[in-house]
Parts: sequence; C-alpha cells; structure tokens
Amino acid sequence: MSLTTPAPTTTAAAPAKPAPAPRARSANKRSGVPYAFLAPALVLFAAFLAAPIVYAGWLSLRKVKVSGLGLGAKSRTEIWAGLDNYTRSLTDPEFLPSVTRVGAYGLIVVPTMLGLALLMALLLDADRTRESIGKFARISIFLPYAVPAVVASLLWGFLYLPRVSPITDLFEAVGLTAPNMLSSSGTMWAVANIAIWGGTGFNMIVIYTALRSVPTSLYESARIDGASEMMIAWKIKIPIVMPSLVMTFVFSLIATLQVFAEPMTLRPLANTISTTWTPLMKVYRDAFTRNDIYSAAATSVIIALATFILSFGFLKVVGRRAFNQED
Amino acid sequence: MTTVSLPTRKPGRNRSAVATTLLLLGAAYCLLPVLWVLIASSKSAGELFSTFTLAPSTHLFDNIAELSGYRDGLYWRWMANTALYAGVGAAASTLISAMAGYALAKFDFPGKGTIFNIILAGVLVPGVILAIPQYLLLAKLGMTNTYWAVLLPSFISPYGIYLARIFAAAAVPTEILEASRIDGAGDWRTFAKVVLPMMRTGLVTVFLFQFVAIWNNFMLPYIMLGDDKLYPITVGLNGLLNQGASQPAMYTSVITGALISIVPLIALFLTLQRYWQVDLAAGGVKA
Repeated sequence: MSLTTPAPTTTAAAPAKPAPAPRARSANKRSGVPYAFLAPALVLFAAFLAAPIVYAGWLSLRKVKVSGLGLGAKSRTEIWAGLDNYTRSLTDPEFLPSVTRVGAYGLIVVPTMLGLALLMALLLDADRTRESIGKFARISIFLPYAVPAVVASLLWGFLYLPRVSPITDLFEAVGLTAPNMLSSSGTMWAVANIAIWGGTGFNMIVIYTALRSVPTSLYESARIDGASEMMIAWKIKIPIVMPSLVMTFVFSLIATLQVFAEPMTLRPLANTISTTWTPLMKVYRDAFTRNDIYSAAATSVIIALATFILSFGFLKVVGRRAFNQED
Repeated sequence: MTTVSLPTRKPGRNRSAVATTLLLLGAAYCLLPVLWVLIASSKSAGELFSTFTLAPSTHLFDNIAELSGYRDGLYWRWMANTALYAGVGAAASTLISAMAGYALAKFDFPGKGTIFNIILAGVLVPGVILAIPQYLLLAKLGMTNTYWAVLLPSFISPYGIYLARIFAAAAVPTEILEASRIDGAGDWRTFAKVVLPMMRTGLVTVFLFQFVAIWNNFMLPYIMLGDDKLYPITVGLNGLLNQGASQPAMYTSVITGALISIVPLIALFLTLQRYWQVDLAAGGVKA
C-alpha cells in the first residue's frame, strides 16, 4: 500500500482567483518559508553527511611525508598521494580475508534472517484466528530488536561458553559433543546467529504489516477456487510483500557489510576474532590504533562504494526504485 | 462427526498445529537469551559457572548493589547518559524531520526535487564512511569527548525526513492549511498548532525509530568518547566485559548490567506496540 499525495492544485487555485493582488503578495512573502522549515535539516545534512563524505574522499588521496628524522612539528607534512592509499588498502594481506569473511557472513545472515522473517510473518498471517498464540509469538520474536547489538553479543557470548551453555548440557544429555561456537571455525556462525537473532523480528514485523493490508476476501475467493494455503502464500502473499522484501533486503545488506559491534563485543570471550576480523574493524584499527587515517579513509571509501554498487545493483536487477517518490 | 468432514478439516488442523509449533519455536529461540540473563543475574559469581544454567538463585539484589557500587555508581551514570542521548537526540531529530518533511510535502519551491533526492540518497549512505571524518571534523572544533559529539550527528535522520514527508502528505489536508492562513495564523503557528498535531501518530514512529537507533548505537560513541563518565550503556558494558576477561568476578556485574539495560526498551516496546506496524516499502504506518 502506498500513501499518495493528494493533488493540492485544484483546491488551492480556485478561491485564489478573485483576489489576485493580496495573494501574490502573501505568496511572495512565503517563498522563503519552505527553505526556513528545511534549514535545520539541510545544515545538519551538510555538516554530518555531506562534509564527512567529501572529507573522507579527500583524506583517502592524501598521505603524510616525513622529512629528516621525523622530529619536530615541521618534519611531518601532508602531501598528495594519488591512489597510493587505495592500492595499499587493496593489497593489504588482511583486507581480502576480512572482505571474504564478511561476504560469507552476509551469505549466511541475509537469506536466513529474511527467510525466517518471511516464514514467521506468513505463519502469523495464516493463523489470524489464534490471536493469543500469535500475539505472544509476535511480541517474543520482535523483542530482540529492543536489545542493543552489544548486549545481544554479550548474552550470546556467555551462552556460547561451554561451561555456561544449556545447549552443551542438551548435547551431553544425548551423548554428543556440542560444537564449540568460539573456535576458529565456529566464530562465523556465532556472530551470524547474533545478527539473525537480533534482526529477524524487525523484518518480520515489516513483512507482516504488508500482509495485513491485504483484505481477507482476496484469500477467501482463492480458497473457494480450490487453492491450498501453500499456493495462496506462494502465488498471492509473497508477490504482495515483494516491495517490503526488497527494502528489507537492501537495509539488511547495508547493515551486514558494516558489522562491527558484535565481533568487537565477542572479542574478549573469543580469542579467535582478530582486530581485522571485518573490514570495518580494520578501518577502526588503522585509524585509531595505527593513526593512519589516510588508508583508513581509503578503505572506508572502498566499503561504501561496494555497498552502493551492491544495493543499487540489486535494486536495478529487481527493477525497483528504492523509494516511492510519488511525484 | 461425519466422515465427509474429516478430509477437509484434518489438513487444516495439521497445518495449524505445525504453524503453532514453528511460531512457538521461534519465540523460544528469541526468548532464550533473555530468560538466561534473567536467571544468570540472580546467581553469585561462584554459582555462575558451577550450578545448572537455568537454575535460578537468590543473589539478584546483591548483584545490583555490587553493580551500583562499581566506581560510585558509574553504571547508573551510563544509563542516564543513554537516556539523555536517545531522548534528546530522538526528540530533536523528530522535530527537524517533521519540519523538513512538511516543507517537502506541502510547499512548491525551486530545488524541491533535488533536495528530496539528495535526502533519499542519504538513507542508503553506510555509516562506515561517516565515522572517521565525523570524528576528525568534530576534533577540529574541539567537540570530541563531549555530549555534543554523540548528540549532534544523531539529530539528522534522512529516513526520518522521508517518513515525515509521507505522513505530512497523507495526514495534513491542504484546505486546512489554507483555512489557517486565512485566519491570519503565521507559518510557524500553523505548523505548531495545526500540522504537528495532525502528524502526531507518524511522528511517534519517527521518534521511536531514532530512539532505538541511538540507544543501540555503539560505533559512534565508541569512537567519539574517551571519558567513561560520558559513555552510553553500550560502550560502558563493552568496557566492563573487557575488564571481566582479566577478572572473572566482574562477570556477574556485566550480566546484571546487561539485564537492567534492556528493561527500559522492552517496557517501551510493550507499551507502544501499535506504533511498530511499519510498512517499510510504502513508509506507511497502520495504527
């Protein structure tokens, strides 16, 4: 469903005709008004979005030249670097592994999370009659959205510890060895699980809201025609929620490529997570541990460009615009 | 009970049982960590790693007292900071978004299309490219390691402006604006007395979105702040956990802190549930 702008011209133009002079004056006086309403947003947008992007681009093309022994204030000067920082970033032995790691992580998280969100939304919608169970499930599954990623990682981090985990007890009860989630092969799944746990509920609510806007009469006529619930879900419901799925996919993709809080919080519990485990962690290390803001800027430009290409490429492939522009 | 009705009803019942089971499994998965933290925060440091995971104990209030005693109640300062960052940030962001959304929905002016498209592009800008330059730019102004360093960047929300524009277009009839103008009300008065009340439902959603985003944010305050008296709860708990790695006695405080930190947001969610019916693609809210 989309809310469209009511056409304002027809109503506004009619009463204006009889008195052209005062209206022209008032319209003139008001011409600055929309800009005044927009001013705070535009100033903040320029200061905290536009300027930082331009500045990151500028920094990524600069470097520091150390002359002499590098002592004294004058010995370090910022000079033009061309694409040096980019080649250094791309050829850094730690960059490629962190990119492939995040790629694999995204391939686990995004389809699993959105698949579960779609499944749960369809189940909630199919079962509209059983309100109490549906309501309980809906609130429970949405609840993790209220838990910050840091706290979620902390809770799961303890649950992963073999000495604490009830899952270990469960495995041992049936005579199996539980997988160690904090081993080097397990950390990817450990972090992915936290993201899936935290994100499924929100996406479920988005899809469920889209489903709820469909009148039940549509399904009833399909049922009369002999369609099964599975067919109704597949042929009617999923196409209806497709725009929501596209948007949740794009937002999930952007969030996934920037994973930071979860691995940073798990680090004290799992020594298998390096300081460059994800590209964003590498940006952080380069900028604040190594004080190399220039290559950190280059790396963040690369990640941002990759994100843009992936999200706009995806929107182009599925043939949709990102937002209803209603103009 | 006729045999005729069985073939048609049975699949329905099975499906419903399967659906119910799957939904309850999903709910159990989502509640498990919350249930665990509730139980674990009632255990003493000795019991944490020795007694059965899901067996509750009686030390919750001791743990809260110990957490409150940590460096003269630093934990509660983090909670207050988080409330300040999220409350002030979300309120300012909602007002700024409402003003911008109203201008974009209800006025015609040169540059309108361009401005709206730039703001839409801002929705998709990944935070990674902003973090370091934002820090460096604020450092030049001497504003890092202050409340402003976390507050100011959270005032702007392109997605909030996008939502506010849709709400303004849908909820504010142009006739009423005309009527208010004919009555001689100024533009600001019209906005405050007529437009804002009409957009109220939608603005609550914008506020909640931004409130949760700020409350859950980690990277921005982690980069901007050095003084742990200014930390929000996410950065504070992260630091506490890092300390726990060397002194495991801290773990009970970390766990109790984690529990207390999620109580306010869960309460907010349960009371304001109806505002969370968000249609992301259309931007609409069904209350």
